Amino acid sequence: MRRFNFGTVMLVVLILTAFCVLPAGVMAAGKMLKIAIVAPSASNDLAFTQSIVDGINAVKKERPIDLAVTDGTFVVEDAAAAIRDYAKKGYDLVIAHGSQYGGSLKEIAKDFPKTAFAWGTSADTFGLPNVSSYEAASDEGGFVMGMMAAALSKKGSIGVVGPIEVGDAKLFVDGFVAGAKAQNPKIKANVNYIGSFSDVALAAEAARAHMAVGADVLTGTAQMVVGAIGAARSKGVAWFGTQADQTELAPEIVVACQVYKWEVILRQILADMDNGILGGKKYAITLANDGLMIEFNPKYKLPDTVTKIGKKAVMDIKSGKIKPLK
Amino acid sequence: MSDLINTTIIIATVASGIRLATPFLLASLGESIGQRSGVLNLGVDGVMLLGAFAAYYTVLKTGNLFLGIMIGLILGALIGLFYAFITVNLQAQQGVSGIGIYLFGLGMSDLLFQKLVGTPRPIMPFRILHIPLLSDIPIIGEMFFDHSLIVYVAFLLVPLLSLIINRTTYGMNIRAIGENPEAADSLGVSVGGIRYSALIIGNMLAGLAGAALAIELGIFQHNLTNAMGFIAIALVYFGAWRPLGVMAGSLVFGVVAAIVLQCKTLGLIPRSASDLAAMAPAIITILALVVVANRFRQPTALTKPYVRGG
Amino acid sequence: MNNLKTKMISWTIPSCAVLAALIIGAIMLSALGANPIKGFGTMFASAFGNLDGLASTAVKSIPLLLVGIGICIAFRASVINIGGEGQMVMGALLATIMALAFPGLPAIIFIPLVLLVGLIGGAAWGAIPGALKAYFNVSEILSTIMLNIVAVQFMNFMLRGPLIDPGEIERGTRIPQTARLPEATDLPLLLEGARMHLGFLIAVLAAVAAWILLWRTSLGFRLRSVGLNPAAARYAGIPVKRSIIMALAISGAMAGLAGAILVFGSESHRMVTDGSSTGFTGSAGFNGIVVALFAGLHPLWSIPSALLFGGMLVGANALQRAVQVPSALIIALNGLIVVFVVSSEYFKRRVQTVQTDPKVQKTVSDSDKNQESDNLKD
Repeated sequence: MRRFNFGTVMLVVLILTAFCVLPAGVMAAGKMLKIAIVAPSASNDLAFTQSIVDGINAVKKERPIDLAVTDGTFVVEDAAAAIRDYAKKGYDLVIAHGSQYGGSLKEIAKDFPKTAFAWGTSADTFGLPNVSSYEAASDEGGFVMGMMAAALSKKGSIGVVGPIEVGDAKLFVDGFVAGAKAQNPKIKANVNYIGSFSDVALAAEAARAHMAVGADVLTGTAQMVVGAIGAARSKGVAWFGTQADQTELAPEIVVACQVYKWEVILRQILADMDNGILGGKKYAITLANDGLMIEFNPKYKLPDTVTKIGKKAVMDIKSGKIKPLK
Repeated sequence: MSDLINTTIIIATVASGIRLATPFLLASLGESIGQRSGVLNLGVDGVMLLGAFAAYYTVLKTGNLFLGIMIGLILGALIGLFYAFITVNLQAQQGVSGIGIYLFGLGMSDLLFQKLVGTPRPIMPFRILHIPLLSDIPIIGEMFFDHSLIVYVAFLLVPLLSLIINRTTYGMNIRAIGENPEAADSLGVSVGGIRYSALIIGNMLAGLAGAALAIELGIFQHNLTNAMGFIAIALVYFGAWRPLGVMAGSLVFGVVAAIVLQCKTLGLIPRSASDLAAMAPAIITILALVVVANRFRQPTALTKPYVRGG
Repeated sequence: MNNLKTKMISWTIPSCAVLAALIIGAIMLSALGANPIKGFGTMFASAFGNLDGLASTAVKSIPLLLVGIGICIAFRASVINIGGEGQMVMGALLATIMALAFPGLPAIIFIPLVLLVGLIGGAAWGAIPGALKAYFNVSEILSTIMLNIVAVQFMNFMLRGPLIDPGEIERGTRIPQTARLPEATDLPLLLEGARMHLGFLIAVLAAVAAWILLWRTSLGFRLRSVGLNPAAARYAGIPVKRSIIMALAISGAMAGLAGAILVFGSESHRMVTDGSSTGFTGSAGFNGIVVALFAGLHPLWSIPSALLFGGMLVGANALQRAVQVPSALIIALNGLIVVFVVSSEYFKRRVQTVQTDPKVQKTVSDSDKNQESDNLKD
């Protein structure tokens, strides 16, 4: 076995020093608002992380924002380090976009009372004046699409592919199943949490397992569902999407998607910051505040009756006539 | 009626297990050839990821599945060539250089994907290939002969490789240099040459495994393989370096995973226990090996660089 | 002979390898439209350039070092432990359970207690593949990889179920994490104003202890003998089976300790899962193998080796933040550095042997043997 002596390692360090040049100075000062996002998956994942990046980019059209994104940060401690680093570098708003980051944020936010933090999805600000929380009432869109799915299913059997039974995923799945049962109490709604946010192959097989027991409408949530969508597409089984518009993944089978418009609440957070309020509030995007939108795929030939059921459900939830999980 | 549903479900589950087993099978067959010649490659997962991205990107740009598979194979061959150079000529420590290859593949495939593709875009996956007569056999036909071409290729490779390793001079040479390179060398077998070829073939199969995975799923994503390559290495040990054994290992792993998945779908496993159920493939693979009481030992020269006169 | 010259060369060659990899990295950075000098500058400055950076690097290197130490011991006994990830998880879980079970203890007892429990958890999880190998001839490569999967799912089960923060159930959010652990278990910070905690000191002490174990105790001698030649060891009356289990248990213990330190030294002071082991360990269970091999399986050399790789990881994250280059680039670059440096050893050996005796031309294998006997003497 070869040995690298201490000298070698030191020399390597020295070489690295040779590359050391002081990083460029502080960003030019101005009215520019500096916002940082720390998120667990890729910023173009067509799911959870993309939704928040799209949200900021929408707000960016309205006011000057300097946006920095640290994506793919599934290691919780790395995320904590990134959040702390952004705060230290003087970012005005640091968004911790992952419910698993909350424990870390709770400790970090105390050290930076002049920095605004936002944490989602969650409904807990830890009682700190500089932390806002945000969540999506994804059960609402789930409920609407569940109703449509039950109405669309010819065999009376639908399937759900989930990651782990937590947070946003659980809310959506519970809403979807409740909606399906509300539309057709006899519906068979099988739910399969595959135990992973990343195993695309397993998600594909989970979708096939649903189809094998007769499901003719499928849905799923989190970034690994791209596999499930592919499997559904190969059998021509209808798909309902969530978190982002997944139509381009399978234009033939995607019926509708629940799309997150975080800009709705981001505007409120930024407006508060303009007035010197750094947090302490809880926000949620809902169908009623247009933070959640059901986007139909125009290419999918959905029976009018089903479209009507969906649109009516949206109205009923907006007006408070239907409360999905109550 | 309920009888009928049960048969359908059993068929679907076995078929699903076969599909899940396929990438493992291809990758472990490849790894076993390299190991048979005395070279350990811990970088399988990295090769799979690069093969997967290369095939995905090719199909995305050209729409040609065959070309995608070819690019996956060629990429595997190139990595095999490089790996052979560093392990045979430069006699690099095999365990750690393999991990280097893994890290390179993991990072590079992700980087290329983010820069060249960005948002996941679908590609057309393999079509199901019905085999006349065989596909029509009730039950058996649906279980075993209702797959895409790549699945048949993977399983046909098992007897083929078995034949090559056990019955041909080339196979004999591979085994000889994996057991006793000095003796083989003295008989005029080119140890370096055979190791080069074994590593190139082995890594081609790893590249193919990745390509098959990406095309079967019709998508690429960061870390698409989810550490499949490491499980494939484990299955080589399960299969005692024999193609048939490797196939058995891949099938046990794949079919158990499929059964667990199907049980969860049917609600037979309570959701609170679903994590525990997901342990099953791993535990059963270990137990199977305990019960079978593995009496095979690994190739003697495994991980040892060969130096003439050493 | 010209000792200084030989030494110079033995340092220069691996450094050239790193330089070559960095040049490739620089080309890739330029291709991505980033200034390579600024990029690498940011990396280095953020990892080693100031107190904060050094602290982050030190903290990042703790699990790498501990797993690496375990790997040194296991590999020297010819046992391939790829189960660091699972052993970290199990150590962390057991330690967390302990911390939740006895909330009232004072820090001075509590911290050693939970770390010890973490160590035991890892040791137990490591002993399983050891026993499977010793008594059932099940390859530890197979069993450790499979047991990683089992450990991750067990963690998910425990954090979603029995160990979940009761507040998560009340709020209905069900984030799979424990409640905040008792403050008495927080690892104290070693420096005012920087986030380096006691864990680093423990890891360094563990490295020294491992060195003593390997070269100053009879157990260490037995482990190394089994590694060098199991048949001879058996003949000499060394209990080979027990040594194999011991090697994997010690290796697992180090990983378990690493897992426990990750929990009690974390920002959140709780255990949380994203469903994967990487989300918790940051792949330290694998990267620790590289650290150990880079250090020539020597526990003390593992310290600078771990700091180097820890610094690289810290730098990679900073690079992403500073120039918005995907950190995937650094993972790829890391891989290249490993491959290049391992390959460059060949040239080092050649130059060294030629230096020592120009007439010897079959060279490399001889230097192999020399090196091995060197290691034994250490």
